[in-house]
Amino acid sequence: MTLEELCCQLSLEVRTAARKLRMEVTGGYAADLLSCVMAKAQAGNVWVTLQGHPNIVAVASLLNLAGIIITEGMAPDPATLEKAEEQGIPILTTPLTTFTVVGKLSALGIKGVDQ
Amino acid sequence: MPEITRVQELVYELKIGEVMTRNVITVTPRTSMAELREALREHRISGAPVMQNGELVGIISVEDLIKALAAGEMGATVGEKMTPNPVTLRADEPVGIAVDYFARYGYGRFPVVDNKGKLAGIITRGDIIQGLLKKLEVEYHEEEIRHYRVSHIFEDIVSDRTSLILRYDVMARDFDHAGEASSKIKRALSRLGASPQIVRRAAIAAYEAEMNIIIHTNEGGELVAEIQPWQISIRAVDTGPGIPDTEQAMQPGFSTAPEWIRELGFGAGMGLTNIQKCADEMRLESPGGKWTSLEVVIYLDRRRGEK
Repeated sequence: MTLEELCCQLSLEVRTAARKLRMEVTGGYAADLLSCVMAKAQAGNVWVTLQGHPNIVAVASLLNLAGIIITEGMAPDPATLEKAEEQGIPILTTPLTTFTVVGKLSALGIKGVDQ
Repeated sequence: MPEITRVQELVYELKIGEVMTRNVITVTPRTSMAELREALREHRISGAPVMQNGELVGIISVEDLIKALAAGEMGATVGEKMTPNPVTLRADEPVGIAVDYFARYGYGRFPVVDNKGKLAGIITRGDIIQGLLKKLEVEYHEEEIRHYRVSHIFEDIVSDRTSLILRYDVMARDFDHAGEASSKIKRALSRLGASPQIVRRAAIAAYEAEMNIIIHTNEGGELVAEIQPWQISIRAVDTGPGIPDTEQAMQPGFSTAPEWIRELGFGAGMGLTNIQKCADEMRLESPGGKWTSLEVVIYLDRRRGEK
């Protein structure tokens, strides 16, 4: 499944890097602690988080993640959006909670790294 | 991992204005179909925008000409046979939009207008293919040169022990630029031809070391990556406050980060644990609580490294 299809299925708002949405998603990871993300998330994963500061872009870029879903209507910092656009990291936002988003991703067949 | 291709990406990066034909041959509504035939033949084109008083009023193609020929209406004017009010594209739109338009409308060409609505060019599928190929060729060439220059450094420059040292100054509390040094180290390793697994381990170790300098030091520090043909070593050195108990610091979950830093998602006490998982060797020193030095070694060549 690609990010583009996920955006449609979950009604996510695409905030950056619309050109990268055809990337195939290899799995998912959810956490707000960046060190956990660094340790566990795999290349091509979609990362679900509440964090919206610019460092999430560095994390996603270092790990070659497919994209970041920011939940609960949290507004990413303008600097985050700028960096993400520059580095080609799709940022998707939603008013849904992390729990709901992860549930929906699971139902669509996106698997966690330990599955 | 299935990845988006460079062509798919380029389709969104390239603008229509960069690939379209600029010198457009135009006709007027009063041009006869016979004159149109001559114009198409002379310029080897398959269609032309129709202009009246500097305004785009229609488009006419070789298909229209063939129909007129079959109906014996070569005396008719372009104004009678053209498609009026043609669908246009804008020069500042990505080429991807043009690709969608060709698929959706089935036309062979679209007039391209600038942001004031004035005719700026014309685009065909051929223009898109040519534009993409040209861009790919240039990029391929550039990357090839870059990759060559870098990947041969250890062969081209000979010494008994050649190493490449990358130094980065990391400022305390500079969360805005956090991760930049490690991103640069990651890119350097990729260009040098390191495997994705090695790049991932080095990137994680460098990132956590960089974050430790940002979160915990008084005055920042230095992140140094030394690349040798058989190993990568990453050193993070700072001038204090130092770690009173390095063993305790190594415990997963142990953290001295203040609340506001934890709220940003940092300071979970997992940094050193993460580094250890990525490292073949790891040394953490902080004598007398004055300064801290962390050295991480990742082997590229198992045999050399284990010596």
